[in-house]
Amino acid sequence: GKNEYDLLVIGGGSGGLACAKEAAQFGRKVAVLDYVEPSPRGTTWGLGGTCVNVGCIPKKLMHQAALLGSALKDAQHYGWNISQPVHHTWSVMAQGVQNYVKSLNWGHRVQLQDKKVKYFNIKGSFSDPHTVRGLTKAGKETVVTADNIVIATGGRPKYPTHIAGALEYGITSDDLFWLKESPGKTLPSFSLYVSLECAGFLTGIGLDTTVMMRSIPLRGFDQAQMASLVTEHMESYGTKFLKRCFPTKVEKLKNNRLQVTWKNADLDREESDSFDTVMWAVGRAPDTKTLNLETIGVKTNSETGKIIVDASEATSVPHIYAVGDITEGRPELTPTAIAAGKLLAQRLFGHSSELMDYDNVPTTVFTPLEYGCVGLSEEAAVQRHGSDNIEIYHAYYKPLEFTVAERDSTQCYIKMVCLREREQRILGLHFIGPNAGEVIQGFALGIKCGATYPQMMKTVGIHPTCAEEVTKLHITKRSGLDATVTGC
Amino acid sequence: SVQAHKEEDNPPKTMEVNVLTPLPDSYDYDLIVIGGGSGGLAAAKEAAKYGKKVMVLDFVTPTPQGSSWGLGGTCVNVGCIPKKLMHQAALLGQALQDSRKFGWQFTEEVKHNWMTMTESVQNYIGSLNWGYRVALRDMKVTYENAYGEFVGPHTIKITNKKGIEKLYTAERFIIATGERPRYLGIPGDKEFCISSDDLFSLPYCPGKTLVVGASYVALECAGFLAGLGLDVTVMVRSILLRGFDQDMANRIGEYMKEHGVNFIRQFVPIKVEQTEEGTPGILKVTAKSTTGDQIIEGEYNTVLLAIGRDPCTRKIGLDKVGVNINEKTGKIPVSDEEQTNVPYIYAVGDILQDKLELTPVAIQAGRLLVRRLYAGTTTKCDYVNVPTTVFTPLEYGACGYSEETAVEKFGEENIEVYHSHFWPLEWTVPSRDNNKCYAKIICNIQDNERVIGFHVLGPNAGEVTQGFAAAIKCGLTKEQLDSTVGIHPVCAEV
Repeated sequence: GKNEYDLLVIGGGSGGLACAKEAAQFGRKVAVLDYVEPSPRGTTWGLGGTCVNVGCIPKKLMHQAALLGSALKDAQHYGWNISQPVHHTWSVMAQGVQNYVKSLNWGHRVQLQDKKVKYFNIKGSFSDPHTVRGLTKAGKETVVTADNIVIATGGRPKYPTHIAGALEYGITSDDLFWLKESPGKTLPSFSLYVSLECAGFLTGIGLDTTVMMRSIPLRGFDQAQMASLVTEHMESYGTKFLKRCFPTKVEKLKNNRLQVTWKNADLDREESDSFDTVMWAVGRAPDTKTLNLETIGVKTNSETGKIIVDASEATSVPHIYAVGDITEGRPELTPTAIAAGKLLAQRLFGHSSELMDYDNVPTTVFTPLEYGCVGLSEEAAVQRHGSDNIEIYHAYYKPLEFTVAERDSTQCYIKMVCLREREQRILGLHFIGPNAGEVIQGFALGIKCGATYPQMMKTVGIHPTCAEEVTKLHITKRSGLDATVTGC
Repeated sequence: SVQAHKEEDNPPKTMEVNVLTPLPDSYDYDLIVIGGGSGGLAAAKEAAKYGKKVMVLDFVTPTPQGSSWGLGGTCVNVGCIPKKLMHQAALLGQALQDSRKFGWQFTEEVKHNWMTMTESVQNYIGSLNWGYRVALRDMKVTYENAYGEFVGPHTIKITNKKGIEKLYTAERFIIATGERPRYLGIPGDKEFCISSDDLFSLPYCPGKTLVVGASYVALECAGFLAGLGLDVTVMVRSILLRGFDQDMANRIGEYMKEHGVNFIRQFVPIKVEQTEEGTPGILKVTAKSTTGDQIIEGEYNTVLLAIGRDPCTRKIGLDKVGVNINEKTGKIPVSDEEQTNVPYIYAVGDILQDKLELTPVAIQAGRLLVRRLYAGTTTKCDYVNVPTTVFTPLEYGACGYSEETAVEKFGEENIEVYHSHFWPLEWTVPSRDNNKCYAKIICNIQDNERVIGFHVLGPNAGEVTQGFAAAIKCGLTKEQLDSTVGIHPVCAEV
């Protein structure tokens, strides 16, 4: 028979909602399924996906809370009289953040309603290539059929289940943002961006925080120096690091605190300490298990579990697509999911043929000193073109606002990776400093236009900003000269 | 008649030069730069790199109130730098309020201490003055804290603070004397009013302040003074931010009004009297309407004039060497290579006619000029699509055409304006204004929807705008803009 819907989207997150709403613009009959399996701790949330509920949004807000803590310290240098001591209350912050997130959940529901997209709060699985079956929370079964189906179920944090006590006693980012009470003395493990960002803001609001690091920090990001500058700053900021340590077990103590034991690889011995909270950030796994993909023939990557798609987001089954964190080989970022979802809807229903461009996607790590980047890391550029064919311009700079505040700017650094020939096209730009995201965004546009080093130099700076330092880069790594910026 | 000395160590104390004197075969210097500000210092340091013998003259004529400062020019001493730092102090005041909603707790009453801030700011400026002196010394550029004026071809007379005069000659000159704030020319203006030249080193809190003017200087100062908790009124003759996109200008004004800055529109002061002495005292301002006969009076602790700036070109002997200036404005017309009508005399920075009054432009122009003179390059300063930012409480960054200018040049039917309000994530939790931040781009339909204007009103507008300016320099089109993924969650992704 005829399918009930033109488009069914499984997963109401960044990618899913963007796709659904775009398709509805073309007058199509669209349905969205969204369901949040509670975390092992029991945490759950509303419509909107990871970004809105347990990702970008609460993360940036808590990061802002930490930045405001620094602002309070700076303010005194700028003449503001604030009585000491200054306290931070977790529950006030958490409530403010959680209320805002809930308003977004509500906003999404209203938007779907306005655009006449049908929303089901059910956990769906495929019973055949055009049919998805699911149970509501109350246990009622619902069947939805559609011509086209988009899988956008995202991912959930992994647990290092081989570590005794990890699952029983640890939490993840899924839980952190919804805690009603302060996490206290916390051990974020390991050192992916999620861990560092959380460790950063926890330190900023005054909590005793230790990051356990197995090997390198910020895997996947520029290792030539950006990653270590980020962690160096965090150390001077007050976050403790246990380097080259690997946890072996987590036990609960009588006073409800947690005892963590780990192996210190450098000293070759076991160590332990007690914490209030252990947070795992060991990566995220795609949420595909309960979808029943094997029975309908949607191929996944055997190692990662992610869905394999082609350049048009199509899976191995003709009318089934996938967008967002669940897709293999794509950046796990909200804006790419949104863009891919929208373009997909435009291709399916809007006679467009435009494919998503995943090149030169800018991103930012919101650690206490933020790190924004677009394009290739130094290592990737060297690997692709050879170190003789690339030129790296760099500079250590000092944000003006740090001067009066007497803040340390040792890790404020910019690096531009260019090709040596072909008019010195820019391959990558890396920026550590305040407001890194705001700085990098515009330059990402430039790189999309094929910006070259000379064009960058022709661009006049805005004074006084941090971003202008990008237009003034002139010391190369090759020269070995001191790259510290000295005054106007 | 006397010949100028070849040795720079013992120049004669006072001299006269007769225009019939034959010029010496070799000059004292390859280059003399008059003015140690952004443009002048950049040019001087660049020339020293090519082994040229360079002298920099810098002299600050004290303000009517007696304020003065060190080497570095307007930007460093009484412009960009102290302005941004005081703007930051005001932003931190706002941050304090926000922080309570993010869980921070401290006493209800928070006061600002003007002296603490000003001292810190002045200390930092002092370190910059020092840094410049060291840099010039390290690069073997001769620096004289003296007032320079032309007395004859290739010859300049310098007078230091003690009145001692010396004469020097150079093969080439760069005039980079910049500007100083204009006064109203009404009774009491020089005696009782201050300008931006005085504000940043004011040794007492300005108190209840009247800012006269609607320039970016006026609005930026009014903005941070209000942010520090002072009672501020801005008296505007006609429109805000003349020369800027007027839609954006009005939004800025609205925001400031909503955040406690009073505006008196269509009035000009006609008299300023002192009713009480003190630091600050009390001043009575009488103002007349521009649209009728209405007269109003008001009392303020401080009156800050920010009605414009005039070039320092009238008293530097330009007539003696025949350099043309615009008699009305005092600005110097130059070619696109910064050359005046006298071949060996160049000019950079705020004094140039029809060019932008911005530090980075002056620096760029100065450097490129020197490279053309001594390094054989041909690159000229690119004055097109120069980005700028107004650091009002709600910051405004812009690059390219304003909407009005675009309509005028290309015709309304040939441009497309894309716009959006946005709510910075950081403003949500503290419930700050949710419909004030705004961004718009102006595209030229006939040229592949090329982005010809970019405007953003929101936090960190300068940081946001810089990269877009680079992209516009690369010929950004709307399509390319659309296909660039945003960074989430930041304001710039809008």
